[in-house]
Amino acid sequence: MKYIRSFALFWWNFIVGDDWRVAAGLAVALGLTYLLTHEGVNAWWLLPVAIVLLLAGSLWRETRRAS
Amino acid sequence: MGGGSDAAPRRSRHHDAVSTSTVLVILGTFLASAVEMVEALTIVLGVGIVRGWRSTLIGVGAALIVLAALVAALGPALSVVPIETLRLIVGALLLAFGLQWLRKAILRSSGYTPLHDEDAAFRRHREEAAKAGRDERAGLDWYSFTVAFKGVLLEGLEVVFIVISFGSAQNKIGLAAAGAAAAFVLVVGAGVLARGPLEQVPENTIKYAVGLLLTSFGCFWGAEGAGVDWPGDELSLLGVIAFIGASSFMLVRVLRRRRVAPAPVEAPA
Repeated sequence: MKYIRSFALFWWNFIVGDDWRVAAGLAVALGLTYLLTHEGVNAWWLLPVAIVLLLAGSLWRETRRAS
Repeated sequence: MGGGSDAAPRRSRHHDAVSTSTVLVILGTFLASAVEMVEALTIVLGVGIVRGWRSTLIGVGAALIVLAALVAALGPALSVVPIETLRLIVGALLLAFGLQWLRKAILRSSGYTPLHDEDAAFRRHREEAAKAGRDERAGLDWYSFTVAFKGVLLEGLEVVFIVISFGSAQNKIGLAAAGAAAAFVLVVGAGVLARGPLEQVPENTIKYAVGLLLTSFGCFWGAEGAGVDWPGDELSLLGVIAFIGASSFMLVRVLRRRRVAPAPVEAPA
């Protein structure tokens, strides 16, 4: 059980990292992009904008903690 | 006739775009692999110089065998996944992974996190290696073996992940592997010549560039996998890099202004 836990924790840290909200936001942005494109909207702009907003939000939270 | 005249510029643009993405795939895997290998080299040198090379190099070899087995298993397995699905999955993973790099690079550049110091890391590894007790198992100095094995395996996993994701999403595993191989030759060669950590390598700048490339490729492939038709085809990848790059530089400037006082913290490994 300890090894399974360590293994899962390793992959969580490897993929998700310090801020799970960024990973969750990316999943939502990708899902929205998928839905919009399959509704006929070529939403190429959505993901780059979402990335910058998620990054800014994560940095704001981190630096507010550090200040 | 009209169709023919339309087709020619399209072909030319696509050819240029393929060249651009090819260059970026090689550059991305080369830079990402180089910084990971510099960190692995520091660990291996720190242990090997203090405790001897036999067990250390056996640990390195064992880690390389595990990594090679991973590539051998994952490479062919990914080739059966449809390219759109693969790009969606790889894009999502690269985005999550790349944003971690970019976030850390921005925090370092804005002074909220100390810059990574390879020389300090080397000294710490040497001190730890000197303090550790002697534990012989299977004819090996177990400390040297496990530290070298874990160091190379963990840093190598990131290299494998980047090579496989870049290579499979662009259907250019060979080129991605060539980028990593070039980094291996360069870093190991420089390490052997220097006989010490490569502290002259601008690691923090390279990590920033790698974070930017991973995030941009993840954005491009993730959106394409979700069904997006990028304006300008693969040339828009340069636009994505420019947009995320400019935004991240702006974030660095804003954070630098916002910072009240730098926290003098010991650099993490």
